Amino acid sequence: MNTKRKSKRVNDVILQTAAVIIFFIIIIFSINLFFSGHYSPGGGFVGGLMTAAALVLLLLAFDSKTLATVLPFDYRKMTAFGLFIAILTALHSVLWDRPFLTHAYDKFDLPLLGEETLHTAIAFDLGVYLVVIGVTMTIIQTIGESE
Amino acid sequence: MEIFVSIIIGALTMCAVYMILSKSLLRIIIGTALFSHAAHLLVLTMAGLKTGAAPVLIDGVTDYTDPLPQALVLTAIVISFGVTAFFLVLAYRTYQELNTDNMEEMKGTESND
Amino acid sequence: MINLPVFPIVIPALAAIIMMFLPKNVRLQRFMALGSIFVTMLVSLLLVHTVSNEGILTLNLGNWPAPFSITLVSDMLSALLVTTSTILTFFIVWFAIHYFSTAYEENYLYIAMLFLLVGVNGAFTTGDIFNLFVFFEVFLISSYVLIVLGGKGVQLRESIKYLLVNVIASALFVMAVALLYGAVGTLSLADLAQKIPLVDNPNVISVIGVMFIIVFGLKGALVPLHYWLPGSYVVAPTPILALFGALLTKVGVYSILRTYTLLFDVNGTFLQTFLIVLAVLTIIIGMVGAIAYNDVKLIIIYNIMIAVGVILYGIAINTQTSLEGALYYLIHDMMIKAVLFMLVGMMIGITRSGQLRDMGGLITRFPLFGWTFFIAALSLAGIPPLSGFFGKLLIVQGGVGEGDLFGPILVLISSLFVLFSVIKIFLYGFWGEERRVYDGPLVPYTKRLLVPVCLLLTVAVAYGFGAELMHPYITQAIEPLTQPELYIDAVLKE
Repeated sequence: MNTKRKSKRVNDVILQTAAVIIFFIIIIFSINLFFSGHYSPGGGFVGGLMTAAALVLLLLAFDSKTLATVLPFDYRKMTAFGLFIAILTALHSVLWDRPFLTHAYDKFDLPLLGEETLHTAIAFDLGVYLVVIGVTMTIIQTIGESE
Repeated sequence: MEIFVSIIIGALTMCAVYMILSKSLLRIIIGTALFSHAAHLLVLTMAGLKTGAAPVLIDGVTDYTDPLPQALVLTAIVISFGVTAFFLVLAYRTYQELNTDNMEEMKGTESND
Repeated sequence: MINLPVFPIVIPALAAIIMMFLPKNVRLQRFMALGSIFVTMLVSLLLVHTVSNEGILTLNLGNWPAPFSITLVSDMLSALLVTTSTILTFFIVWFAIHYFSTAYEENYLYIAMLFLLVGVNGAFTTGDIFNLFVFFEVFLISSYVLIVLGGKGVQLRESIKYLLVNVIASALFVMAVALLYGAVGTLSLADLAQKIPLVDNPNVISVIGVMFIIVFGLKGALVPLHYWLPGSYVVAPTPILALFGALLTKVGVYSILRTYTLLFDVNGTFLQTFLIVLAVLTIIIGMVGAIAYNDVKLIIIYNIMIAVGVILYGIAINTQTSLEGALYYLIHDMMIKAVLFMLVGMMIGITRSGQLRDMGGLITRFPLFGWTFFIAALSLAGIPPLSGFFGKLLIVQGGVGEGDLFGPILVLISSLFVLFSVIKIFLYGFWGEERRVYDGPLVPYTKRLLVPVCLLLTVAVAYGFGAELMHPYITQAIEPLTQPELYIDAVLKE
């Protein structure tokens, strides 16, 4: 639209200060969700949405330029990267002549954590996580930039 | 419980149809979102709304909820999330391009295309 | 190689994902798009070969046992359709490379085309009805991207209609799947086919069947669910229109073919009458539209409806002969519609107008172009021995064999209308005087654009001449449709 509404920059100190702290809390929670998704509720999709929500909070508190300087990600590339990881994880089973999407897992002795199972599903989930962040942020930026 | 949810599904569908039939583009999009919600609720309801435990793979569990509809509904939600977002962007672009969000005014003949 | 059925889906997907990293590198995009589709084409030919030797191939994704996993099932039907769609996507992408300006190409054009192919191939291959929905969404979302590319006013308006219709159809699809799951308790097609006859209340299944007709009918543009088709298709740029016209409606038809032969017992029930009535109506409305308009794109678009109606009639009759005819005609129509859309798109690109009254005398300037169109037109109408003939012949035979006369006669009459509508384009467009100076943007590219079109037409014509050679493949494709046990056994008992 042609009507130029000059948005008055409100000096929202409280929002900005809080956003910086809350941002990290949300991110940590989203990472927690991401990893807990293996055997309990959570996972890449929810974690990714949560991370995207944290980024949107920063976007609300500051503006898109600030966000672009602080976190210089190309979200379209991030989507592509996520898809790439996911499809490679799905494809690795083809190499061993197992059906597509078959996952592999094994038990490992990890330092500090003790014995843990590592599962290729986590790589797939990482892909989903990146795709969700990438897509959500791309959409929000597309709508946001034109205003 | 199933009957109650069925009524909700009906009400949602009703609202969705009403919204989709209105003229404003934004209302139409909200209508499609409501319609998808109704469909998603229907998926959950069709499997039965038992208050069971999570379907964890341990021997001897008898009380569990069918996990398949939840997987289906998650997939469907993700898809409708993506499509709704795309629809919103498209509506916004159309609004910029045609200067209206009223479907009636958007109706074009060959002369004003 | 147990993973063979998944490759026609994964190869284009992988290529598209890699291309997403470098959307601005147009040369790489073109090279990768064509290269990956070419590889997919080879793999799908290998798939046809393997299926013809070894029978139905199944792949349980994630190595879960059959009724619980998502199964990909490559029987001959899906292998043939995958091959056809891959071949014609290859030529359409080739055409698009010369047709589009760089501004289009940088905007994820080829990526969306590849994902469209992923969705279509997936829908042809999957053996799970919810997975069918997912693949539907994959190609629908790609088609949303493709239809808004360019973003002019009219196009946006029509995209909204297209989007709205398809979003509602998707929600209905989810509802139908939910009801089916509630009634039967499984979603694998083979398992469903086994368990549906055991359901206590067959009326529930009929209702679900009708819901599926609505969903697939919206995709396949059956009357009365066709209203969105002409408007949305006519605004799309030519290569995209060719892709949509050749693939998208046919996926709807394929889904009806698959579900109705496998899940819902059609013969002698109310569903059969319902399908026949829909098919007849679709043919009639298609005929009316095809002769009523003078816009070349619209004429061919209404021809899609005639074809869908004819194929659906073959499916609804549901005998060996008619199904063979339907499949034969389906493959023919996919290829020839792509050719025709590309050709009329070139006409518009040369004359700067879609109206027949602005055209004329094209054949004197572009003789090869004119004769290519002529052959494609005859082939569409089904003049023997071109490819449309055998399909229609078998459908008519099937219809007569079932004691129906009205349908076969209508199919034959529709051929006349098809012939009339395309020959009208030929006479007004290519014959006669030049009406204006032809300086459209495509004039310098005519020769280059004709190469992929001619090659695809050659494939289509060869398909017609090689009808006898194709026959064993078609028969094998029909087997699981007439004897669902074959399909069920292949998926469930290994």
